[in-house]
Amino acid sequence: MKRPALWLFLIVALTVVAVWFVVPSSEQFLGLKIQPQPLGLDVVGGLRVLLAADLPAEVNIDASELQQTANNVAKRVNALGLGEATIQTQGSRRILVELPGESDPQRAIETIQETALLEFVDFAGLRDQISRFEGRRIQTQLPQPNPCVVSSITQARDGSSDSALHPFNQLPFQTVMTGACLSGASAIRDPQRGQWEIAFELQSEAVERFAEYTARHVGEPMAIVLDGWVLSAPIINSAITNGEGIITLGIANTLEEAEAQRLEAQQLALQLRSGALPIPLRVESTQIVGATLGQDSVARSVRAGIVGIIVVLLFMLIYYRLPGLAAALALLVFMALNLASYRILPVTLTLPAITGFLISVGTAVDGNILIFERIKEELRAGQPLTESLDTGFSRAWSAIFTSNLSTILIAIILFLFGQTPGAHIVSGFALTLIIGLSLNLFTAVLVTRTLLSLFIMAMNRIHLRQAWLWGA
Amino acid sequence: MFQVVERRKLYFLISATLISLGIFMMAVATLQFGRPIQLDIDFLGGSVYEFEFLPLPPGSQITEDQIRHAFARLGEEDVILQRLSPISDHESDHQETSQRWSVRAGFLAPGDNAINHVRTVLNALAPIDEASLSLDSVSPSVGSEVTRAAVLAILVSTVVITAFIIINFRQVPNAFRYGICAIVAMLHDLLVVLGLMALMSLLFGWEADALFLTAVLTILGFSVQDSIVVFDRIRENIPRHLGEPYETIVNRSIWETMHRSLATQLNAFFVMIAILIFGGETVKQFVLILLVGLLSGTYSSLFTAVPLLVAWEQGEIPFLRGNIEPKPQPGAHLND
Repeated sequence: MKRPALWLFLIVALTVVAVWFVVPSSEQFLGLKIQPQPLGLDVVGGLRVLLAADLPAEVNIDASELQQTANNVAKRVNALGLGEATIQTQGSRRILVELPGESDPQRAIETIQETALLEFVDFAGLRDQISRFEGRRIQTQLPQPNPCVVSSITQARDGSSDSALHPFNQLPFQTVMTGACLSGASAIRDPQRGQWEIAFELQSEAVERFAEYTARHVGEPMAIVLDGWVLSAPIINSAITNGEGIITLGIANTLEEAEAQRLEAQQLALQLRSGALPIPLRVESTQIVGATLGQDSVARSVRAGIVGIIVVLLFMLIYYRLPGLAAALALLVFMALNLASYRILPVTLTLPAITGFLISVGTAVDGNILIFERIKEELRAGQPLTESLDTGFSRAWSAIFTSNLSTILIAIILFLFGQTPGAHIVSGFALTLIIGLSLNLFTAVLVTRTLLSLFIMAMNRIHLRQAWLWGA
Repeated sequence: MFQVVERRKLYFLISATLISLGIFMMAVATLQFGRPIQLDIDFLGGSVYEFEFLPLPPGSQITEDQIRHAFARLGEEDVILQRLSPISDHESDHQETSQRWSVRAGFLAPGDNAINHVRTVLNALAPIDEASLSLDSVSPSVGSEVTRAAVLAILVSTVVITAFIIINFRQVPNAFRYGICAIVAMLHDLLVVLGLMALMSLLFGWEADALFLTAVLTILGFSVQDSIVVFDRIRENIPRHLGEPYETIVNRSIWETMHRSLATQLNAFFVMIAILIFGGETVKQFVLILLVGLLSGTYSSLFTAVPLLVAWEQGEIPFLRGNIEPKPQPGAHLND
């Protein structure tokens, strides 16, 4: 090998940079921002929901509409204040939501999903029957023409058989307007009576229509309907002409009731504010990981990793001695490069991903072992040390390359398999395996060879060329 | 030198016994569950709840029947219950008295507040550790998509591996044979692992999930890796020892690669055994399958693929022509 000192310098520099990336507190490198290492749900606990468009299969969904729905979901999730949420579209009909660390999954799912379509529905003449409909599901019909933009898809939704029809004419209830007409809503506390209510504002195109409708129906109820479910049916006290109204929730008598009312008001306001989702969604898969299980798994994986890696390092040192030392150092470089690449790419560290990393550490020495066995053979055949080293490396290379490549190909197939929603857990393992096997080609050969060449140079000075040190 | 190849009949017998046992297990499992191996909700759809009750007053215990009843009240009549080992917080508990459970039920219908219902009925039995409650729920349609993708992944892997081997050994005479032998070794490992999974399904109720498939495909990758290293040696040794019989060359190659195979295996084992002993619960099944598969992979490359190659070359396999001319019988005339 020519100029091993130069190679050593490059390897050390690369390793230092890698270690810099691995240190959790590092925030930037030469002005480049370093993101914190993303951790999987199975590690930190939390919620993962796969939502699918709840529409008949023959209805085509526009990509922009799906994106808009995802944006609305994101708006809602962020309003819950859940921190590092991930919301992304998957394929043409699905949205994936990940909420690491979420402790109240049910509330999160409800907020995301149960707000498919918000409607203000005509309940004229039903004042004495409100209690019959509250909490029930009704069939509705959207206004024609619709004052605010609602996609054609929303109307393709078929009413389920258990939803009620209007008691007077057995037809669907008439929707006055949809949630898309709202421009704002917030939970406020009535200072006099101490109860929580929701103040809302309308978009300008809906003001006139709403004013006209409320003027004609003072004293009548108007139902607030979410995804077909009647939430409440407040009475219209006066015509709402300026586009600003208030929904009251009734009177809270006890402290617990007041607290429940506060939560209800905040949730309803949030749902109103986020607007109707352009596409109704249903939950296709849910994963909730309890926080204790995640913490326990991390602690165990780290412990297992440290023990396993120490045993591998010791084995290499004892069995291969001097080359083993080079391999052990190369393995440390290998680990630093792997961990740095997880942070840079980034790779989300799930438990299978961590397992993939550990297994690639365990198998990374394979390359070294192939080389060392070759070197030993050459030494036993009576070749001088430097020549044995060169032959060993060049002979082993083809076996290392082809064998690593075969596993990389399989790992790529696994990674593609992991792109299927529902098999996502596989992709972390596949990715760490691919990275590990590829980096291994570099560290097992180049790093080890550089170190061994330097060892030989050093030993030429101190006359320490015993075959024992080379494991032969 | 120990003659590996000469004793090939013994190794074929060992492999055949292992595989037959595995197939027997799969047959028993098929009678029991209607499938050779139990499949997880990843493929079939459904929900799995995991939870742990807070430590109970001494003497009292929650029984399986109580939990079954609780779920029956939610309309889940046919749940599969499993007692899990406790997580480290309550490590003093013994496995038999552990209050951590896993319950497999039907797919969680959307938006019906199911998690809170489950939480309520369980808390009615005894207070549960809220932070321990986990749920994995997959709709049947997502499950069947995963199944389709899995079948595709297996098919593509088989094609890629076969092509890979044939391309790599194209300069060797009878490259096709090397490919077939490596694939037979792969099938060997596949059957061993499936047999193990069937056994574990029967004994401990293990279910094959997406990670099981991952383990299987990874094993196939490593199995080919092992076969390639030995074949590579044979390829290299043929021109070097031209006078020697094929069997001797192969035997030499096995011995030359044996050290490497054992050392590599050992290192992979150190890591995997560390994960099995100290690692998290969730990946243990995955790692055990991987461990057994890798063992089988190393064994099958040295003791199945290579002896098979020799047997083929010697014309020992019925209906397949060998390469080596039969030795002339004593007394026979060598006419043209």
